[in-house]
Amino acid sequence: MIPAAFDYHSPRSLDEALSLLKQHAGDAKILAGGQSLIPAMRFRLAMPAILIDINRLNDLRYVEERGDHLAIGAMTREHALEDSSVVRRSYPLLHDTAVVIADPLVRNQATVGGNIAHADPANDHPATMLAYNATAVAKGPKGERTIPIDDFFTGLFENAMADDEILIEIRIPKPAANSGGAYTKLERKVGDYAISAAAVQLRLDGDKVAEARIGLTNVSAVPMRAKAAEAELVGKSISDAVVEAAGKAAAAECDPSPDLRGGVDYKRDITRVMVKRSIQRAVARAKGGK
Amino acid sequence: MSEHEVTLTINGEKVTRSVEARTLLVHFIREDLSLTGTHIGCDTTSCGACTVLICGKPIKSCTMFAVQADGAEIETIESLAAGGELHPLQEGFWEKHGLQCGYCTPGMIMSAKGFLAENPNPTEDEIRHGISGNLCRCTGYNKIVEAIQYAAEKLQAADAGGE
Repeated sequence: MIPAAFDYHSPRSLDEALSLLKQHAGDAKILAGGQSLIPAMRFRLAMPAILIDINRLNDLRYVEERGDHLAIGAMTREHALEDSSVVRRSYPLLHDTAVVIADPLVRNQATVGGNIAHADPANDHPATMLAYNATAVAKGPKGERTIPIDDFFTGLFENAMADDEILIEIRIPKPAANSGGAYTKLERKVGDYAISAAAVQLRLDGDKVAEARIGLTNVSAVPMRAKAAEAELVGKSISDAVVEAAGKAAAAECDPSPDLRGGVDYKRDITRVMVKRSIQRAVARAKGGK
Repeated sequence: MSEHEVTLTINGEKVTRSVEARTLLVHFIREDLSLTGTHIGCDTTSCGACTVLICGKPIKSCTMFAVQADGAEIETIESLAAGGELHPLQEGFWEKHGLQCGYCTPGMIMSAKGFLAENPNPTEDEIRHGISGNLCRCTGYNKIVEAIQYAAEKLQAADAGGE
């Protein structure tokens, strides 16, 4: 399958990329890792007139703690997250996610920024970043601005950035003491999208859940938080009944579509199970476990 | 539509060609360079038959444009046998019956070469994880895992023995 013809630009700096994007706003598409865009172009689901390839922008590849957050350059390959010692040590929810995105070959090319900017509810990072309460940093002709992740996903494949902005960084707040997180995904096979998956990040205060955020994958038209499930946890002591109530709340509030991966009832029930398992692992990690 | 001059190193040889921007790397390798060992299986970024090494990393060459590989070092299956002698991975697939129809084999071997460079002494589990982006419809994978284990041992023994 051959993509439709397009004009190709390979800027060597972010400023050059931004000026190309401004010049061609509306006609141009940013090419990051290309692991979603190129398949879509082969199927001619996407036929951009102009591609601006930002793979030469090596300055946008980094994973490091800066002040109160973890800064991830938008062009960081997924493989680099898997390998990052700071991610492994302090961001278990992110590490859980990185190792189940697509497959190892795709992760060598796919980027964190691309996964998020694509705003596909079937992608794994949106749920994780919602659970982390991350911040997206976009740059355009007027300079940089930050977008809270809760405001970032505006529709199916739609995000809050303007046509002339590029996602340059994701910031994840450093988890406070007694925090834990986990990502649990059910997939038919490696490389497939999730049937359902749940990202949980929470903080304990003694036995009680002080804060909790839950993101869900591939059970809604727009990447979503399971706010009713979060409400079942906050202020409560963790028990089997509380975890079950949160799972049930998530099953009720998600909005899956039937497809080859299963019907609506099945996906709701899998969501219940994914949420429960992520909560249990997040709690164990908050208490110092693996 | 745009045409671009691309210069890259493939299997140690420097080549320069003019390509249309929409030319996929796998088509460039097979049709412009006549290196047909790299296969096209699914055309949907699922199967890994088109895996090549780009600057040492295994990637799916059906999911990258040739123009993006400007300046890159590419290795394909054709680079493995040196002077008529099989590479330990090829020998492993031969000795352990790691292939039946053979269609997935070039991609399997290039994936294995990539991850053995990072992890020369993998466990069985790590091998299965390493090839999880490559589909095989014949073998059930067990023989492929054995073939890669064979190659890992042979490569390690060669390293330990020195040159």
